[in-house]
Amino acid sequence: MDLHTPLFVEHLSLGARMVPFGGWEMPLHYGSQIEEHLAVRARAGMFDVSHMRAVDVGGVGARGFLRRLLANDVARLREPGKALYSCMLNPAGGVLDDLIVYFLGADGYRVVVNAATTDKDLAWMQSQADETLHLRPRRDLAMIAVQGPAARELAARHLPGNLGEAALALKPFYATRGDIAGEADWFVARTGYTGEDGFEILLPGDQAPTLWRALVTDGVMPCGLGARDTLRLEAGMNLYGQDMDETTSPLDCGLGWTVAWEPVERDFIGRAALTARRASGDLSPFVGLLLTGRGVLRGHQPVLVHGQIAGMVTSGGFGPTLGRSIGLARLHPGTVLEAGEDCAVEIRGKPVAARRFNPPFVRQGAVRIDLD
Amino acid sequence: MSQVPSNLRYTKDHEWARDNGDGTLTVGITDHAQEALGDLVFVEVPETGRMVAAGEACAVVESVKAASDIYSPLAGTVAAVNTTLADAPEKINEDPYDQGWIFTLTPADPAGYAGLMDADAYARFLEDA
Repeated sequence: MDLHTPLFVEHLSLGARMVPFGGWEMPLHYGSQIEEHLAVRARAGMFDVSHMRAVDVGGVGARGFLRRLLANDVARLREPGKALYSCMLNPAGGVLDDLIVYFLGADGYRVVVNAATTDKDLAWMQSQADETLHLRPRRDLAMIAVQGPAARELAARHLPGNLGEAALALKPFYATRGDIAGEADWFVARTGYTGEDGFEILLPGDQAPTLWRALVTDGVMPCGLGARDTLRLEAGMNLYGQDMDETTSPLDCGLGWTVAWEPVERDFIGRAALTARRASGDLSPFVGLLLTGRGVLRGHQPVLVHGQIAGMVTSGGFGPTLGRSIGLARLHPGTVLEAGEDCAVEIRGKPVAARRFNPPFVRQGAVRIDLD
Repeated sequence: MSQVPSNLRYTKDHEWARDNGDGTLTVGITDHAQEALGDLVFVEVPETGRMVAAGEACAVVESVKAASDIYSPLAGTVAAVNTTLADAPEKINEDPYDQGWIFTLTPADPAGYAGLMDADAYARFLEDA
């Protein structure tokens, strides 16, 4: 039996096509996935992402715990509210999950993990914790991502007390919380997964439908998982389980930039394996592809360089902003394919022309690659 | 509830066929199929003159979600294809029974048409699925 978020009834009343996803029954789209995608690029759309889980990490050892648990370094978070994107690795250097961690000051940290990996992540975190650490999965909270050029302004109107004002003052990749009783569990972050500006709002589950309906009334378009996937793909963001998993190191999926190698004495889980992998020089190039021939890129299609199989598409699809098909691909170690260089992708047994690009393909409404 | 026009015949793979009265059938996908697939973004039509067997995959439609084969309802020869779908695959979503037609077929055995499901049978098939 799939789980339902506090917004389940809202989705049904909006006529959503519901699909199973990571143990949850979630909206795929509410009519047209392409219209939803374009609404986020042009103005504002919103996503129920309550299936993702916030986990509060508290206790005197919280900082040291996360410095060992994560490949990025929470010591970089000096100001309360600041966010950091990181991979959580196994000892072999494989990616257990990718996540965002927010610094909450004296209260510790808040980590937001993927839906399908929540149980595995919690078990792993528990197994690495000592008795002084408090791990609190916030199953009481819902999460709504409001994204697009008009998203912050539209969402801020509906935040309680002075939280709207505080939210509008946030710099990118910062978060703020309600500071009085009754709104203490409202948490607003200027983060997202679309390549557009916007907020991710955590709030008590029983208050989520009211906010959702207010945003619908204001013309914020409800968007499903389908649009979420094409938006993140155009923005060149990885999807856990497709672009990387427990058998992939962050160095082989374009996430090397999230590994904090300094200070060298920080012994995070997976460090030894990553160090050896880096020293081997045997890393897989992770690239963006634009299909210049006809068709649609999909995960698992072989990539051909000079007619030879040289890698695999890890995620692909149609990019509505571009009107073209794009994808992310992992190439075999040592493959040389420069940005702007032509290659091919095997679709239904036939090679179709493609070209390598460095993601993002689209950012803040603007196409960032040459389509000609 | 999806539309099932009474003047067409249907397959279990959600193709429709229309008897043009001139020895050809027009083939497309049903309203139910386009709705299940979601926004279409790419269509690969067969070559005209191609001989196809009944149930043979001869065209591909790709939506934002996935690729799906289109099967020929009957054995025959592809007579014409809808070339406008190359630039406007969304016609299948917007008008699956008219502007969104995919190809026409000259069936090897014209009597085969009567063996396809009629609208009532297809509607029942959808209800049972």
